[in-house]
Amino acid sequence: MGIITSVSVWLIPSFILTVLLVASWKKVPAYETFVEGGKEGVKMAFSLLPFLVGMIVSISILRSSGALEAFIGLITPFLTLIGFPPDILPLAIVRPISGTAALGMTTELINTHGPDSFIGRLASTMQGSTDTTLYILTVYFGAIGIRKMRYAVKVGLLADVVGVIASIIVVTLVFG
Amino acid sequence: MVNYIWAGMAIIGIIYAMFAGTMDKVNEAIFQSSSEAVTLSIGLISVLVFWLGIMRVAEKAGILQVLAKIFRPLVRRLFPEIPKDHPAMGYILSNLTANLFGLGNAATPMGIKAMEQMKQLSGTDTASRSMITFLALNTSSLTIIPTTVIAIRMQYNSVSPTEIVGTTIIATLISTASAILIDRFYFYRSIRRGE
Repeated sequence: MGIITSVSVWLIPSFILTVLLVASWKKVPAYETFVEGGKEGVKMAFSLLPFLVGMIVSISILRSSGALEAFIGLITPFLTLIGFPPDILPLAIVRPISGTAALGMTTELINTHGPDSFIGRLASTMQGSTDTTLYILTVYFGAIGIRKMRYAVKVGLLADVVGVIASIIVVTLVFG
Repeated sequence: MVNYIWAGMAIIGIIYAMFAGTMDKVNEAIFQSSSEAVTLSIGLISVLVFWLGIMRVAEKAGILQVLAKIFRPLVRRLFPEIPKDHPAMGYILSNLTANLFGLGNAATPMGIKAMEQMKQLSGTDTASRSMITFLALNTSSLTIIPTTVIAIRMQYNSVSPTEIVGTTIIATLISTASAILIDRFYFYRSIRRGE
């Protein structure tokens, strides 16, 4: 753990150090170049804004109406039949849709079941091993103005399904 | 498809609320979440400005090109459309490295830059093959240090907060490998259909 956290902590400052040293050595006007590149960030954040507002509002309508919970309640019996732990289902469904909601759910599952319980470990693995597909799609394609996404959504969501199933199998095999 | 998902989520939510009597909550959510989304976008400015600035310096100093050169053999097979030594490669690698170490904040601006470079290569508003492969890699979250999860586990007094690192790596490898395969499958299918 010590090594892993210190790698994470050291990585960014070391990267910045390398960039600045090399830039100075090669006589690149570092500060001016930084400002020039940074200006793009302001533009980008504003062009992202409508995409994020649209997506987040739609997701929150679905969540606040209670439809998502009702749907989860409806399919729980079927999943129990095939050996899918029902406690984890809300997280599995929400993970690709909303990052903050998923993080909240993971925290809640760890709180209720304990971090070292089966569900706690499963929630941790699931949270860490997949990402918020809809957010990434919105941000990456929104920022550069991609209209036709072709098969991108399918690939992202199918990969999430595999990730969820893989997490369950791996955690069952390792800690089961 | 994203149009249907987007509209579908709101439509289902509103219709369900009509019958479940949760319309007041939906109403509240609409206004609250749109203001949250604005806060989120504004919050992104700091990260975007800082990292795009640093990355521009890195690009001018030739660091991205060096990165791209070192890992080219590995990444070329994944992105056959991108010419060698193209800056897109450098951004893709920076994004993947940041993801690998669980640095989501740094990964996003680099990912957007990579997408922008790929868009310049394709020159249309249609997602290119490389863009979708790149997206697949990002959504399956290739990570070796799930920092946030470890932090939560520590907070709840786990006996071994990092014991899930192993299972996370295996699960993420499986989902990333599948993402690449699924991506290839749909790509070749789209070719066969002449899209």
